[in-house]
Amino acid sequence: MLKKTYILLCMAFLLQLTAFGQVTTNMVHIRGGSYIPLYGRDSSMVEVDDFLMDKLPVTNRQYVDFVKQYPEWQRSKVKGLFADQMYLRNWKNDTLLEDTEHLKSPITYVSWFAASKYCECQGKRLPTVDEWEYVAMADEELADARVKKTYNEKILSWYEAPKTSTYEVGRNPENFWGVKDLHDLVWEWTSDFNSILITGESRKDVDKDSSLFCGSAAVGVTDLMNYAAFMRYAFRGSITARYSIKNLGFRCVQDVPVE
Amino acid sequence: MKTQPNFLRLYFNYKLALLALAFITLTACSNKEKSEPKDAEDIPVSREMIAELTAPPHVPTPVGRRKAKKLIVDMEILEEEGEMTNGVSYVYWTFGGSVPGSFIRTRVGDEVEFHLKNHPDNKLPHNIDLHAVNGPGGGAESSFVAPGHEKVFSFKVLNPGLYVYHCATAPVGMHIANGMYGLILVEPEGGLPLVDKEYYLMQGDFYTKGAHGERGLQAFDMQKAIDEKADYVVFNGKVGALTGDNAITANVGETVRLFLGNGGPNLVSSFHVIGEIFDKVHVEGGDLINTNVQTTLIPAGGAAIVEFKVEVPGTFIMVDHSIFRAFNKGALGMLKVEGEENKKIYSGELRDDIYLPEGGGIQTMPEGDNVVQEAPLQSLEEQLERGKQAYMQTCFACHQSEGQGIPSAFPPLANSDYLNADVDRAIGVVLNGLTGEITVNGETYNSVMTRQSLSPSEVANVLTYVYNSWGNSKKVITTAMVEKVRNQK
Repeated sequence: MLKKTYILLCMAFLLQLTAFGQVTTNMVHIRGGSYIPLYGRDSSMVEVDDFLMDKLPVTNRQYVDFVKQYPEWQRSKVKGLFADQMYLRNWKNDTLLEDTEHLKSPITYVSWFAASKYCECQGKRLPTVDEWEYVAMADEELADARVKKTYNEKILSWYEAPKTSTYEVGRNPENFWGVKDLHDLVWEWTSDFNSILITGESRKDVDKDSSLFCGSAAVGVTDLMNYAAFMRYAFRGSITARYSIKNLGFRCVQDVPVE
Repeated sequence: MKTQPNFLRLYFNYKLALLALAFITLTACSNKEKSEPKDAEDIPVSREMIAELTAPPHVPTPVGRRKAKKLIVDMEILEEEGEMTNGVSYVYWTFGGSVPGSFIRTRVGDEVEFHLKNHPDNKLPHNIDLHAVNGPGGGAESSFVAPGHEKVFSFKVLNPGLYVYHCATAPVGMHIANGMYGLILVEPEGGLPLVDKEYYLMQGDFYTKGAHGERGLQAFDMQKAIDEKADYVVFNGKVGALTGDNAITANVGETVRLFLGNGGPNLVSSFHVIGEIFDKVHVEGGDLINTNVQTTLIPAGGAAIVEFKVEVPGTFIMVDHSIFRAFNKGALGMLKVEGEENKKIYSGELRDDIYLPEGGGIQTMPEGDNVVQEAPLQSLEEQLERGKQAYMQTCFACHQSEGQGIPSAFPPLANSDYLNADVDRAIGVVLNGLTGEITVNGETYNSVMTRQSLSPSEVANVLTYVYNSWGNSKKVITTAMVEKVRNQK
């Protein structure tokens, strides 16, 4: 019964979206293409279709609205199966943030289940690892800035900077696609974050899946870019779908309907 | 053996209660004599114990004669900003909030239950590879932990020795370069022989975006790390962690044991204590003992235990004898020894003689000698140029190229209040050396400058150079001024 209403609600939302002509101003169009992911070795090209991506990570304010609309995702009501006890830990109660938090900061302490459901209810979905990485390899000027030394250094320095999750979203310039904050605020959930099996023993992963990991410990000397990617993959490998973590948020994407 | 007749006598003479008592004593005795199972794997554990963890340079209490136990190790991973040297900060990743991480002290047969906690504020997943573990990844595989989580795994320590532990999460080199290493000691049954003082030192190399000494928060530089071009090579995570007030101490006659490790990530350490000879070295932290060693090699990801008795008082400088690392990159620590002088072992300077290689043998220069050397008049430019040459040959190693000195070890000459306050004193220091505590620009220094083998005109030149550089008072020192100070003595 409840589930039905729930689906109906989601559907209604979807319809509404369609009615407004799909592209909301908060999303940007990403032109698909093929690329070799950061972790790739030889010719393991990845194809990405056109899609729409949220310009910004989902904010606390947006998530507050979400749990008001879908009380089953409030902290006291969420099923243990779908989120660990850290879920929305920085909230005062089911619908209010702690005073120290900002409405414009990215939502964190959310599980994969919660993030997926949020996107679903907006008529969207979480990006795949391939989609996320495709957009994330752009800087302000280039769609693929990985060749630039400064690009990799900038990302690495963010990975080292402590406590960035409390910043407001949108503080960084748009990248080539018009997307912001991919690297500088929080880690972001992807739909298939755990499809790459890493054991946690990074040095052993060398022979685990050679097309993905050409040896984290034996990284090609010229291939500095791998370090930033390795850190993302290490992070994704360390989490499970129930985890709710301080530095982990998300944004949604949407397919472009085939004409 | 001897307890047997006693026991028999007891048996015949006393009542049952006493018999029981005697029996307990006997069992206790025989237990003591009987050593534990040969195979460390079979050593039984009794009771649980929370491991004492210490930040460097301190080490936990020796295991002594305690039995093997189930040892709970609680370690928290923290990513936090710290100071690399004066005015330079760095984001360290740490085991237990210090670089190197907390010292873990175990004995053979202990069953360690390891709790690895990744602080929720941290950004990255981490794990731990302990070289003391027999098992894949040294525990890394079972301890891969996301921020805000805790992983638990356990292992039995089988091999006595001193071992490195470190983080092994991709990119491994970066995790180590940011400070994620420490030492775990496995003592043999009955413990290591007791000594008077024990300390924990670990070397590491650091790679920063800015050059050595460049101020502000410095990011990690991956390219320099790959090229193995370290900006800092330090003991215990920062420049000056073991100098000045942070120096380790001992008293004359005491035996000092240093637990030494090298986290790397890249460089191998040639550990040396200036003015001491290691009586005993546990080579690479293992069973092999070498004696009478001057410098011991500590591989990256390796360790060593050194022991020596300190015979005379003074400040003993500990260095990586790849010596530019010590004087230019920070790999320098101090051991301050207090107590009675022993002139038989070390006399200090007895005489200063003139040495004339051609004829005349050795002449002693009397004190208060009034010889005035002929010094041709020089222009200020010439003086500065020669002074700079003399500086680079004689003073540069300690006071550094820009007169900045080395924090806590060698005082700065740049903008130095001590220097500018008194010209005659400065001349005297160069002529006669200086030992003991002085305050320069608000910082206290307590080290030794030897007398310099410079002629009066060279002293005048070098001091003129120093006074006319780096924001000093621009005084010009003449040979006559130097002679005047020299003759005062």
